[in-house]
Amino acid sequence: MRYLLRRTLHAIFLLFGVSLLTFLFSALTPGNYFDEMRLNPQISPEAVAALHAQYQLDRPLPVRYAHWLNAVAHGELGFSFAYNSPVAPLLWVRARNTLLLTVTATLLAWLLALPLGIWSAAKFGRAADRVLSWTTATLLVVPDLVLALGLLILAVRTGWFPTGGLVSAGFDELSPVHKLRDLASHMTLPVLALVLAAMPMLVRHVRASVAEVLDTPFLRAARSHGLSNRKLLYGYALRAAANPLISLFGFSVGTLLSGSLLVEVIMSWPGLGPLLLEAILARDLYVVIGGVLLSMIFLVGGNLFADVLLYWADPRIRTAASPK
Amino acid sequence: MTRPRKLTKWVVILVVLHGIVAAAGFFAPYDPVQQDRERPYLPPMRIHVMDAHGHFHVRPFFYPLRLRDGSFDQYEKDTASAVPLHIFTSGGAYRLLGFLPSHLHLFGAAGTRIYLLGSDAYGRDQLSRILYGGQVSLLAGLLGAAVTLSLGALIGMAAGYYGGWRDELLMRLAELFLALPWLYLLFALRAFLPLTVSPLGAFLLVVVVIGMVGWARPARLVRGVVLSVKERDFVRAARGFGASDIYLLRRHILPETASVLLTQAAILVPQFILAEMTLSFLGLGVPEPMSSWGNLLATLQQYNVLASYWWMYLPALAIVPFFLGYLRLASALQEHFGTYKIDEKSGWSPT
Repeated sequence: MRYLLRRTLHAIFLLFGVSLLTFLFSALTPGNYFDEMRLNPQISPEAVAALHAQYQLDRPLPVRYAHWLNAVAHGELGFSFAYNSPVAPLLWVRARNTLLLTVTATLLAWLLALPLGIWSAAKFGRAADRVLSWTTATLLVVPDLVLALGLLILAVRTGWFPTGGLVSAGFDELSPVHKLRDLASHMTLPVLALVLAAMPMLVRHVRASVAEVLDTPFLRAARSHGLSNRKLLYGYALRAAANPLISLFGFSVGTLLSGSLLVEVIMSWPGLGPLLLEAILARDLYVVIGGVLLSMIFLVGGNLFADVLLYWADPRIRTAASPK
Repeated sequence: MTRPRKLTKWVVILVVLHGIVAAAGFFAPYDPVQQDRERPYLPPMRIHVMDAHGHFHVRPFFYPLRLRDGSFDQYEKDTASAVPLHIFTSGGAYRLLGFLPSHLHLFGAAGTRIYLLGSDAYGRDQLSRILYGGQVSLLAGLLGAAVTLSLGALIGMAAGYYGGWRDELLMRLAELFLALPWLYLLFALRAFLPLTVSPLGAFLLVVVVIGMVGWARPARLVRGVVLSVKERDFVRAARGFGASDIYLLRRHILPETASVLLTQAAILVPQFILAEMTLSFLGLGVPEPMSSWGNLLATLQQYNVLASYWWMYLPALAIVPFFLGYLRLASALQEHFGTYKIDEKSGWSPT
């Protein structure tokens, strides 16, 4: 229990640090959202100053930070200048779209990577394993930017998939079955890009840790007891090889909000990515901070989740952490 | 044995790849900003050795393309006038590596321009732009890695050597930077820096932003090495002779961190090249008319370019051999130093 408590405290400390850090960076910013208004002769300097005062941009940094923390405590995350609304609901709509994409992609990537990696480890060094290793090695040297753009070109030239957006025009008139199909066809391309980007790494990790375990005496003993291959691989080897994989899974969960940023922008998926990019270009300060913080919460949460899973799965951690 | 050979192989491959980009003036037939408004979005030309009548030519040639009447991006082949390809030909002036003035190009053609990889919206040669763009992207990656590693080594050494509250503070800060997703960090940093700057300023800005993102991991690794090295006999002996902290760090401890720093460099450089590409692709990095692999790809954000001019995607593929080279180099370095460490331990370790 002490172990979990310590991890939680650590997570909270991290979140505090990040919010403070982003605020400090923001203090270094030359200019802000209202700077462009100064160039407009129809807006008086007084009006700009009034806006500054309204959004408290004229106050010193600690005051702004305290004010913002207060807003966070009330679940608001500050105010967007460009959208003229609180940041939290704005982020929430976009985060939902992002999660729809990334949860699907992460699940798919893991569901594919686990059996592939285990299978590859079972055939270690043989032709099938070599082909798979070669494939993952090739995919590994193709950066996600290149991959996503390539898929997009393929989609545009073949016309197999829609090339942007969440749903087609006239989505509301469709029957539920068609709605689902429309959504799925829009999701295919970004999900494919995310899966292809994440999977090779996962397969290699699964393969490495399972192959390592397969070489241990206890598994050779189990094999000589005549256990079936399937039981050996999925019942024994996977369990013993689980620790690094659980950490990796926690990391996957942690990057749910931040991992698809680039793919979203390239494929014009209305998630957090495009919103954040717009906010950066418009200097919409609190949206940027809110977005970074939200993705950090996920990242820290993911790590915490992995710690809990490890604690639950591995008795060695439990016994090492609890007494004293 | 085979391990050093593997290392040498990938070092040589990378040196050749970088050499090609560094000598872009020679390999590129044209100036990357030279426009040809008569030939926007010209598709890649094909090199022939057999002409339309089935005759074989020793000197490879190509057929010039010209705009079809009334069209703005449809070209037709002029099979009547084959243009021979010249190797090692004299062309536009450039400065090799930035200082050696030269006219020599690997290939070119007289009379009409050759576009091996097509042209962009302003009729600029895509191949030349990719080669020159590589200079910007690679330099950003290399300089960014240099900044990161210096910062990381400095912080890591300070934390490991002095210990105590300084170590505690620096390592907590490193954890913070490690926890942030790097693309977000990149964005956040970029968000709070000026948006419109001169091309050179933008380039330096990109280098600084990239360089400030990745210091945490090398810092932690360096700290680990320093922690163990500072208790070694030769360091204690030097300290006993009255060596100052700075001298000890520079003369005895820094060389020991070389393996960690080299491996980290091989891992960081491709990531930072990609970071530059990402920033420039999104319009936050190096601006036109300077080309970089990232801003060359930015045109793909327009639907009609995606749909009609596939050769605008070619700059994306330029990074793949570099990625492969650095990835293999990193794993070869890890293997190399791994065995080196073990040998060292079994050989003359003090305990």
